[in-house]
Amino acid sequence: MRRVSVNAALRTLPRSAYAHQHFRRYATPASPPPAEGFMPGVATSKFVKHTKEQALANPELSSLKNSETKKLNLFQSVNEAMDLALASDESAVVFGEDVAFGGVFRCTMGLQEKYGKDRVFNTPLTEQGLVGFGIGMAAAGATAIAEVQFADYVFPAFDQIVNEAAKYRYRSGNQFDCGGLTIRMPCMAVGHGGHYHSQSPEAYFAHTPGLKVVIPRSPIQAKGLLLAAIRDPNPVLFMEPKILYRASVEQVPVDDYTLPIGKAEVMKQGKDVTVVGWGSQIYVLETAIAMIEKEIPGLQVELIDLRSILPWDVETIEKSVNKTGRLVIAHEAPVTGGFGAEMAAAIQERCFLRLEAPIQRVCGWDTPFPLIFEKFYVPSAIRCVEGIKKALNY
Amino acid sequence: APSAPSSPQTRVLFPGATDSHYTEQLQFVRDYPSLPTYRVLDLEGNVLNPSEDPQLSKEECLKMYTSMLTLNSMDLILYEAQRQGRISFYMTSYGEEATHMGSAAALTLDDIVYGQYREAGVLLYRGFTIEQFMNQCYSNELDLGKGRQMPVHYGSKALNFQTISSPLGTQLPQAAGSAYALKRTGKDACVICFFGEGAASEGDFHAALNIAATTESPVLFFCRNNGYAISTPAKEQYRGDGIASRGHGYGMDTVRVDGNDALAVYNVVKEARRRAITEERPILIEALTYRVGHHSTSDDSSAYRSKTEVSDWMKQDSPIVRFRKYIENKGWWNEEQEQSFRKTIRSKILKEFAAAEKVKKPSLEHLFTDVYAGEQPWNLKEQEQELHRLIEKFPAHYDTNGHAK
Repeated sequence: MRRVSVNAALRTLPRSAYAHQHFRRYATPASPPPAEGFMPGVATSKFVKHTKEQALANPELSSLKNSETKKLNLFQSVNEAMDLALASDESAVVFGEDVAFGGVFRCTMGLQEKYGKDRVFNTPLTEQGLVGFGIGMAAAGATAIAEVQFADYVFPAFDQIVNEAAKYRYRSGNQFDCGGLTIRMPCMAVGHGGHYHSQSPEAYFAHTPGLKVVIPRSPIQAKGLLLAAIRDPNPVLFMEPKILYRASVEQVPVDDYTLPIGKAEVMKQGKDVTVVGWGSQIYVLETAIAMIEKEIPGLQVELIDLRSILPWDVETIEKSVNKTGRLVIAHEAPVTGGFGAEMAAAIQERCFLRLEAPIQRVCGWDTPFPLIFEKFYVPSAIRCVEGIKKALNY
Repeated sequence: APSAPSSPQTRVLFPGATDSHYTEQLQFVRDYPSLPTYRVLDLEGNVLNPSEDPQLSKEECLKMYTSMLTLNSMDLILYEAQRQGRISFYMTSYGEEATHMGSAAALTLDDIVYGQYREAGVLLYRGFTIEQFMNQCYSNELDLGKGRQMPVHYGSKALNFQTISSPLGTQLPQAAGSAYALKRTGKDACVICFFGEGAASEGDFHAALNIAATTESPVLFFCRNNGYAISTPAKEQYRGDGIASRGHGYGMDTVRVDGNDALAVYNVVKEARRRAITEERPILIEALTYRVGHHSTSDDSSAYRSKTEVSDWMKQDSPIVRFRKYIENKGWWNEEQEQSFRKTIRSKILKEFAAAEKVKKPSLEHLFTDVYAGEQPWNLKEQEQELHRLIEKFPAHYDTNGHAK
């Protein structure tokens, strides 16, 4: 593993005066756990767009031929998306805990100064309250962009999201809806987040008809998918891999653009095995694929970024597995009841005659997300290589 | 740095409570005065303080009164219909009619209403037709909700009444958000949000009042304190001075009102609405009343309270009778009109009831529509096709004749 670049990525995590607030729910911020993590170097990823030409080569961005680009990290691109949403829609409002001063991850920097206190504001510390508030705003026709400070703290709002937001349109016979609601939340591991700053709760929400769930992997993706989420006529949960906020940097088109929700993206073509992941796991998989392709000359692994958990792009995965005959799914969340299970079952139904090996799931263990054992817990590149080998050698 | 506490009049400098003064006496606070209950009418329908009579017109008063009678008559018929197995569920509003009509009369159609489930009278007053009530309870194809929710889960876009949902208290923070959005549009309107004293124990109540206060949202939180949450008496629900006493803690203008007095409810909501809009602030209203009926058709309240307790309330303090006496004192109503109206409305309701029963159930496509706006996801498309395959294969198990095509 590329430990040097791992540590370089982690060194870019906040170290300024607000760093303690970013993990403010720690009882003793004076002695944080060591910042040790196993996120492979995003900076050296081949998927990162270092130039304008690379950024605009994406066929999904063909409408942006003349756009300039600028170098942004993921929190800056999220900020850009909200800036554009606020500028293009007078009813749009951004709110949550500590968003007014710029947010504990700097995603809302400068927005209150630019748009005013009535459009970018702090709420009391209540997730059920602020999500319910957002549903009400959207039900009255406004665009509500709510922030839950960590995905780990979305559960107090579970009732509002599952029983209310998701069912609002259906239960009213399409008389009322809260489609103007987007709920942003930082998610996934960060090296030292322990139980409540590391979770990946996407599978809980994947079981809820009426919601959309989106997880981007990079600044270009984050901007386009977030703008799509904000403008989608359905409530969308937008989960931002927090380890990428500073570590992931690329040339991002400055124009207003959206990327499609519900569509996966084939990151790397291959013919021997299909590997699917999302969020920061994409870079773990990239490392794993580089390792195994080096070890087995001629091997061609196909890598797919799922991007949308709900609705998910079964067609792209099915097509890929019908070609390769093998599927490996990797996610940070625990394996039992994780979204990998849904995908494995659906692909097994569709590709039964083409599958040449059992579908492999490389996931977090079925434990709470541990602090000091993080590197033993996560579906690291080594474990992904093992999973791919199992699929190949069956 | 803070100066040393010297006298009881020295203000603290801590940011968390800037109005507090120091004291050298250790004192736990226990005894607060109970909030008074505002009323306009006595039990005989007499105005106690003439300056508090809102002087509503004859037309307005008769609309309020006949709406109460209509709601009461509809409740009787639909309750019986459930007992006969003709609809699956029902909840009556017996004893709470004045809270509905008094508040509805003080609002405009631009005001957004969020309810719990025992506020059918508000919808009725705003213009929801008897036919529409029946269609919802029968889940037929004319139901605006497309037959998807249980009976009494009404909603109407045209009447600005957000669709009812079963989870208690969830509408409270939503009402705050809608009020904030309304405020930003600059409309001369507010939000009213109804809930029972039981629902006020949910976390969403706390979340809502606090977020409404800090965001200065023009919302009226209207609590129907009827003494019971299903079988749980108010004494097991809370130990403070009702719900109203909590308003102070949230920095909110608060008022307690006699919920069986339609004119008192009217005055309270009218003034609360004015304050909420002009001063951009939420208001807490607690209406004291008594749940005369069972909690729902799935409940026999004699299992936890005496029948005489209920009949005493009906005899001594009926909101309908009290308001009738007021309009009779004015010379606007008499026994003859009473009998005639009751008879007419009963036959009208029965007619609509029979008509709704005959209307087909919604088309099966509506099992799958409206889960999402925009294109239906692949999984829903496939599942809809699978259902149709099953219906064709097993026609005996899936009788679709009752449904519209």
